[in-house]
Amino acid sequence: MISIQALKKVFTSSDNTITAVDDLTLDINDGEIFGVIGYSGAGKSTFVRLLNRLEEPSSGRIIIDDEDITGLNTQQLRMARQEIGMIFQHFNLLWSRTVKENIAFPLEIAGISKAKREERVQELIDLVGLSGRENAYPSQLSGGQKQRVGIARALANNPKVLLCDEATSALDPETTNSILDLLVDINKKLGLTIILITHEMHVIRKICNRVAVMENGKIVEQGDVLEVFLRPKQSVTKKFVEQVMGTDEEDEGVSYLVSTYEKGKIVRLHFVGETTNQALISQLAKQFSIELNILQGKITQTQRGPYGTLFVQIDGEKKEMEKAIDYITNETSVEVEVVRNAD
Amino acid sequence: MLTSLLESLDVEELLTATYETFYMTIIALIGTFVFGTLLGLLLYLTDKGGIWQNKVINLIVASFVNVFRAIPFIILILLLFPFTDFLMGTIRGPNGALPALIIGAAPFYGRLVEIALKEVDKGVVEAAQSMGAKTRTIIFRVLLPESMPALMSGLTVTAIALIGYTAMAGAIGAGGLGSYAYYSGFQRRDFELVFICSVVIVIIVFLFQFLGDYISSKLDKR
Ligand SMILES: Nc1ncnc2c1ncn2[C@@H]1O[C@H](COP(=O)(O)OP(=O)(O)O)[C@@H](O)[C@H]1O
Ligand SMILES: [Mg+2]
Repeated sequence: MISIQALKKVFTSSDNTITAVDDLTLDINDGEIFGVIGYSGAGKSTFVRLLNRLEEPSSGRIIIDDEDITGLNTQQLRMARQEIGMIFQHFNLLWSRTVKENIAFPLEIAGISKAKREERVQELIDLVGLSGRENAYPSQLSGGQKQRVGIARALANNPKVLLCDEATSALDPETTNSILDLLVDINKKLGLTIILITHEMHVIRKICNRVAVMENGKIVEQGDVLEVFLRPKQSVTKKFVEQVMGTDEEDEGVSYLVSTYEKGKIVRLHFVGETTNQALISQLAKQFSIELNILQGKITQTQRGPYGTLFVQIDGEKKEMEKAIDYITNETSVEVEVVRNAD
Repeated sequence: MLTSLLESLDVEELLTATYETFYMTIIALIGTFVFGTLLGLLLYLTDKGGIWQNKVINLIVASFVNVFRAIPFIILILLLFPFTDFLMGTIRGPNGALPALIIGAAPFYGRLVEIALKEVDKGVVEAAQSMGAKTRTIIFRVLLPESMPALMSGLTVTAIALIGYTAMAGAIGAGGLGSYAYYSGFQRRDFELVFICSVVIVIIVFLFQFLGDYISSKLDKR
């Protein structure tokens, strides 16, 4: 487990002081993908750089697996850093080295023999899907491939933790998705803890288990990703959720739906992320003699299953409609709200 | 004209002079590379935000570099006579020129090294630190290899400056083509010899330029 206690970083220059990370306390569980989201300047990068002491904390403590990182001397810190992988927005590869040599670099630092290095590098190249590009130079790779090299390099010494600072922010959406898939894959395969910094909510949505929202160096909100999506409390958080889910403007469309589809009931189904609900609509259609008509909605996938809202028109015998709604309420975790009752 | 030129030429003397110029240039270049890289690294590492950030050492090294770059080379040789005599046991001949050549060129190259190192992406240094690299590893496996093309082209510029210095040193007895042109050519009113020496020097300069550009581009994988 990673335990961060009252962590603080103050930057002082001649004319002003900036508290980039302000009294931050946080626990991160083993094996989870923990997201930190915030706007530019919120202190995210400073926070993640404090974790391996690329930035020296002004005060506070960082404990990773019972090891007090903040108390280590230079030599001990170097050893500890070999167990903390890090990947960067701009990849930070050595352009003078090939893919293979880049991945071998942390192994050289750890003093691994040449034969063992070669073996490990090949494993890593297979793991991140770069077979065939071993001898290419970074300048010959696409952004996504460069980040794969970055990931392989970060994993070389079998770290317990992987720190990702805006690892997908320089990539196009498609490449972003493939890199995020790779991170989930690694997280599952190797069971390592991933701490991921981003300003993009869809990244959090796609791969994180828990999320913390940062503003002015503080964590203003944290919790399960789904919970935060479902009930954002702070206005920053609401804005981030809107990035993915759109705004509540859709509600204005409801009156339009009500006036346009005159028959039967109109209900709002709220999916809160359980895979078992995926076949809900077809189950309803099979079990009850009702007509279902999907009117509008937005569903998105999170690590725990689908999340979002659907507006559905239900028509049929009044009793059948009631039974169907009771079924949704009692047998599934989908929240149902009747927007308009049948006459 | 060409035949008369070649007739008056003592080929053996010209070859010896050419050899001496090469000898001084190459040995001085090696010394300059070592000391200049050292100075450049010191300047870079002790600079603000550097790994060994240290105002005092940075100031001392920078002053040394600036002072020795400010002294005109011909005066530097004279100034260094006692030191050269102590170090080499002579102030004449190619060996007598070496200390002045190195002390004259190393600060110049040191500045070029500093500039080259500053061009290395800070993020890459940081990545190495995040892997737990020692400073030594960062210097020899990151900073120097990553700046190698710039170090090479800097070395080319320095080599050409050095060829010029050897000619100046030659005028006060160091040997080489400069010496040959001055004593055997100019002082004996043999301007054809001066011309031939110039041609040979230009060829040497082009040779170094070509070689330097070639190596530099081979090293550049960006
Ligand atoms: N080395 C530094 N010196 C001074 N101020 C800094 C330094 N690094 C970051 N800051 C300041 O700290 C704040 C947080 O920066 P950062 O952690 O990079 O935010 P984020 O990654 O969320 O965009 C900003 O106001 C930034 O200007
Ligand atoms: Mg940042």
